[in-house]
Amino acid sequence: MNAPVIIDRDGLNRLISVLVGMGFQVVGPTVRDEAIVYEPLDSIKDLPEGFTDEQDGGIYRLKKRTDKALFGYSVGPHSWKKFLHPPERRLWGAEADGSDFEIKPEKLESPKFAFLGVRACEMHAIAIQDKVFINGKYVDPVYQVRRENAFFIAVNCGQAGGTCFCVSMNTGPNIEEGFDLALTEILDEDHHHFVVEVGSQQGANCLAQLTHRQARSEEVEAAKNIVAQTAQQMGRTLNTTDIKELLYENLEHPRWDEIAERCLSCANCTMVCPTCFCSTVEDVTDITGMHAERWQKWDSCFTMDFTYLHGGEVRASTKSRYRQWLTHKLASWQDQFGSSGCVGCGRCITWCPPAIDFTEEVLQIRDSATQLSEPT
Amino acid sequence: MAGQMQPPGVNPMIPQTYRVNKFIRETHDTFSLDVVPKGGTEPMVFQPGQFNMLYAFGVGEVPISISGPKPGTQGMIHTIRDVGVVTRALHHLKKGQTLGLRGPFGSSWPIEESKGQDVVIMAGGIGLAPLRPALYALLEQRDQYGEIVLLYGVRNPEDLLFTKEFETWRGKYGVQVKLTVDTADREWRGNVGVVNTLIQRVTFDPLNTVAMICGPEVMMRFAVSELKRYGVPEQQLYVTLERNLKCAVGFCGHCQFGPAFICKDGAVFRYDKVKPFFGIREI
Repeated sequence: MNAPVIIDRDGLNRLISVLVGMGFQVVGPTVRDEAIVYEPLDSIKDLPEGFTDEQDGGIYRLKKRTDKALFGYSVGPHSWKKFLHPPERRLWGAEADGSDFEIKPEKLESPKFAFLGVRACEMHAIAIQDKVFINGKYVDPVYQVRRENAFFIAVNCGQAGGTCFCVSMNTGPNIEEGFDLALTEILDEDHHHFVVEVGSQQGANCLAQLTHRQARSEEVEAAKNIVAQTAQQMGRTLNTTDIKELLYENLEHPRWDEIAERCLSCANCTMVCPTCFCSTVEDVTDITGMHAERWQKWDSCFTMDFTYLHGGEVRASTKSRYRQWLTHKLASWQDQFGSSGCVGCGRCITWCPPAIDFTEEVLQIRDSATQLSEPT
Repeated sequence: MAGQMQPPGVNPMIPQTYRVNKFIRETHDTFSLDVVPKGGTEPMVFQPGQFNMLYAFGVGEVPISISGPKPGTQGMIHTIRDVGVVTRALHHLKKGQTLGLRGPFGSSWPIEESKGQDVVIMAGGIGLAPLRPALYALLEQRDQYGEIVLLYGVRNPEDLLFTKEFETWRGKYGVQVKLTVDTADREWRGNVGVVNTLIQRVTFDPLNTVAMICGPEVMMRFAVSELKRYGVPEQQLYVTLERNLKCAVGFCGHCQFGPAFICKDGAVFRYDKVKPFFGIREI
């Protein structure tokens, strides 16, 4: 693709209007309720200018920066899945007529989202959800249309969060593919601008409508250095060597019982996880009993009725539910979809009320691994 | 295994409407719905062992194995035990009424792969339902198979399904049919005990036998170990697994069993593929 270019803050602001003009709804990071969340943006004024965050197990705090950086923080509680795989949606309605009824599928809408500020780990998370919803034997048309319409403005991380471990998962911090435009924010005493890489023809078309200039080689170098520095700052690490075998062989490890004493089974980790895709359905009727609907909603393997069968729940204990979640992310996901289900974003650590640390738990199991005896 | 792709533009989450062609009372708590597409006459294509998602208006959807058509009948048959709110609502359906249907989904019994072999079918309770289309398929080409054995166990004699067909299977097709119950009543003259105990009463060549097993997990565990003891190789044992299902197409995540999605990789599995997870509690 084209050589990297430079745009300034006004250029970024103009990019938002250009995308709006092309019919996109631009969504990106903004501050709400003392957290950085992803919501519709009108201009760069909506971005979390001058904010950063402090993250650790069970801890998330916004802080002011001393500069006017627009992307000077790590990922918050939201991920882009809320736009591509909506938290709740009606699948269809049904109208009864005597003992007969007809099913009316929900009209397939095709919103065009432009995602501004997608981090490397998040690009990988979206590619992982693609495998679940559109690359298999069955296709979810709602996800598919949203995914195909989406425009991606990725942002290289200028700093790592306290719970980040994308380097361990090989998912960052450098943005590699899948984007239309990729930005690196450069901020020093004299400059505040963005080195922009172009990843698609549509990205190039947008850029053509903005004031920009070719990036000088030292500017491109400076952007690379920023990402390289970020890679050195990871708050967490995870040794993924033979991790599938490690977990499969330790399904009865005593560590699961210890985790269960701390885990609240609150499902926060699954809600904030950018790859978790589980859903349930709910059937509703109106008061006349003549109109019924079926809704799909996000669900979590931590809820009690997730595994309900006649006769009770298969995973009744917290131990079994945590084990399912962690082994799914790191082990069985590989068998199912050919990659890890974890991108190292650290959200599950940050947003866990009792601060259970995914990476620490795997380390404990690895350090004291007992071989599971051969099941009979 | 069934591997047809989703046709373009079709949303696998949307049911089609079907009509109850026939309601069949099977036992005190179990019934069958023979259903045909509303306004359509196209023949329904499914493989023995596959299931459909049946929807009762305003109540919900449940996965139900396909248990027929019987030879000479048209509609797809679903044999259902009345155990929950949706199955209760389906129980109340009458001939001519409408239900929603998505499917068929899932893997199938190894009918082709078993040619030239003996076949041992082991069923517990309503587990006979998904095995009946397999039996029909085997009997349709009876000369392609060696011994065919049906070992069937239920709790009480009154729970036995499809009893009228046993004599045809025995007499016309030479199937070795053996029955057992957990608890006998005054009229029962047959075996009492778990279904495994029937294995010693039939003739088959273990090394050249394919076993198809469907029943409660505990029953299947014992069946597998007993058949292995007789010398049936693990790669020739087929079991079914049941878990909560919402979508049936691998989107909802509910039915995971270790690395398998029961909805799309199962419900019929070759035993050696799921063996590492088969005995683990709460997997």
